Amino acid sequence: MRVHFQNFRKELKKNKALFLMALPAVLIVLVFSYLPMSGLVLAFKEYRYNKGVFGSDWNGLANFRFLFSSGVGWKITQNTIFYNLINLVTSQGLAIIIAVIISEIKVIPYKKITQSVIFFPYFISWVIVGTFVYNIFNYETGLLNTIITGLGGEKINVYSIPWVWPIIICIFNSWKWCGYNSVVYIAAVTGVDAECYEAAEIDGANIFQRIRYITLPGIRATVITMLLLNVGRILRGDFEMFYQIVGNNGQLFDATDVIDTYVFRSLTTSANLGMTAAATFYQSVLCFIIIMTVNGIVKKIDKDYALF
Amino acid sequence: MATVSMKKERMKGTGIRKGRAAITFNILGYSFVGLTALICLLPFIFMISGSFSSEKEILLHGYSLLPREFTLEAYSTVFRFPEKIIRAYGVSVFITAVGTGIGLFILTMAAYVMSRQDFKYRNVLSFFFYFTTLFNGGMVSTYIFYIQYLHLKDSILSLILPGMLSVFNMLIMRSFITAVPSALIESAKIDGAPEFTIFIKIIMPLLKSGLATIGLFMALHYWNDWYNAMLYLNSEEKYPLQYMLYDLLNQAQSLARIAAQSGVPMDNLPTNTLKLAMAVVATGPIVLLYPFVQKYFVKGIAVGSVKG
Repeated sequence: MRVHFQNFRKELKKNKALFLMALPAVLIVLVFSYLPMSGLVLAFKEYRYNKGVFGSDWNGLANFRFLFSSGVGWKITQNTIFYNLINLVTSQGLAIIIAVIISEIKVIPYKKITQSVIFFPYFISWVIVGTFVYNIFNYETGLLNTIITGLGGEKINVYSIPWVWPIIICIFNSWKWCGYNSVVYIAAVTGVDAECYEAAEIDGANIFQRIRYITLPGIRATVITMLLLNVGRILRGDFEMFYQIVGNNGQLFDATDVIDTYVFRSLTTSANLGMTAAATFYQSVLCFIIIMTVNGIVKKIDKDYALF
Repeated sequence: MATVSMKKERMKGTGIRKGRAAITFNILGYSFVGLTALICLLPFIFMISGSFSSEKEILLHGYSLLPREFTLEAYSTVFRFPEKIIRAYGVSVFITAVGTGIGLFILTMAAYVMSRQDFKYRNVLSFFFYFTTLFNGGMVSTYIFYIQYLHLKDSILSLILPGMLSVFNMLIMRSFITAVPSALIESAKIDGAPEFTIFIKIIMPLLKSGLATIGLFMALHYWNDWYNAMLYLNSEEKYPLQYMLYDLLNQAQSLARIAAQSGVPMDNLPTNTLKLAMAVVATGPIVLLYPFVQKYFVKGIAVGSVKG
């Protein structure tokens, strides 16, 4: 310990300027990311605003018991994992397809224009996306009902049909992220050794064989990295997306409530805060365990593919 | 002789098959990408077209690709009381400029220190930042900590500080800095230049594209943020543009719902076209800047997706 401290002092003296330069960032992260972690103890307390986080009384595992015995805990966990899985498969799948095709396009203006347009939704705030969703699906003037009545059909109220929402959320998620993710994959395709393609050309491989045997194996590392990143967030919902697409629509909670939206709602209506704190505690800890485990396994199989 | 001609035959055969595969791929690929691009673009066309339509047309016939009855009605309503919008614009510009300016400087300094091979604690420092991406306090503890101990409720700082340092951006910046030859730093040190001077005079000028890239990432994040405003702000005059838009849409929607239930005519309510015009106004700067900034984003994502 003493030796460590002496080493530290020596380094501090030698590189005082570097320490000072890192200091503002360290302080900001400390105050805005590390210190709030102490609030996780709320999961085991009965929070009272006037007593503060640390003065409130302990109540053991009561919050967790409430959360899971009421059924809420299971439901939101299930929904969160379900949405993350379908969103992961569809948005990454679509992005890979788009990236592979765009990399093969030889007409440069077409390539540039389509890539720019597909990338564009990434730049738009979820508030605007929320406007789109509302304007497509609202009962009176929505685009969908305009088309249906135009074809002579009956208007439908999409907001009262829970089962379509996973599909809607999935589509908008892919729509928003497809461009961003495909940029990642296009960069990976660009990194594939050009000699492989030349060799394949000489061997007479057609375009499908080239993609199957060179491009796809070539971007494997990137695909695994992206999957790992997403698996590490499997218990976190994209709050902004859910909130803007679904809103505070009680009819759809069963089908669309994820941990983050549930937590947000009880935070703003200040319902049972202890239960909510328990939900976030469980979310944070489980996420951490999952990412460490998965990364550990990947590291065992092939060190190059691990995140850290 | 025979083998040569056979080989030729075979080559011709694969040539045709290759040609056919390429044609199939091109037809399918080009149309798939084209269709995706169209789907990415359509909502924006409807949004713009709707904002130039008359309210009556939308209520009667719904949305269309081109305005059926061109009018600037919605825009003149938006700008009838321009103070509110100008103020929200001002808030957004302020938090974007201040947050990006200060944040970028702090982040780059920290990234520089992390990239210095002769700094003994660079790995400790990287881990300190990286850990926050693996584990965090979650929504409840963060919210309560910010409000009760940092007193961020209804403070403009709540829009600037929490999202200021993204670890992801920091790591990309480190990759950019690593590309600067370390011999430059060493020779400057031999000449007796202080660390901070080296950073400002030598490193920063060589980082132009890195600074532009990360700066734009940060600016986009600030510009599109509404979540912090929703959580922390009470007073309307501090609302940034995106949240003001959200607030407006939300009011209109709940009013419409109440009106539909109580049978009040819809004409007197904040209108559909008004909302779309607002959405156009809020998205405008991004659309205008998009051609210039897109390439930086592509570059940043490509750098970020390369591990190391």
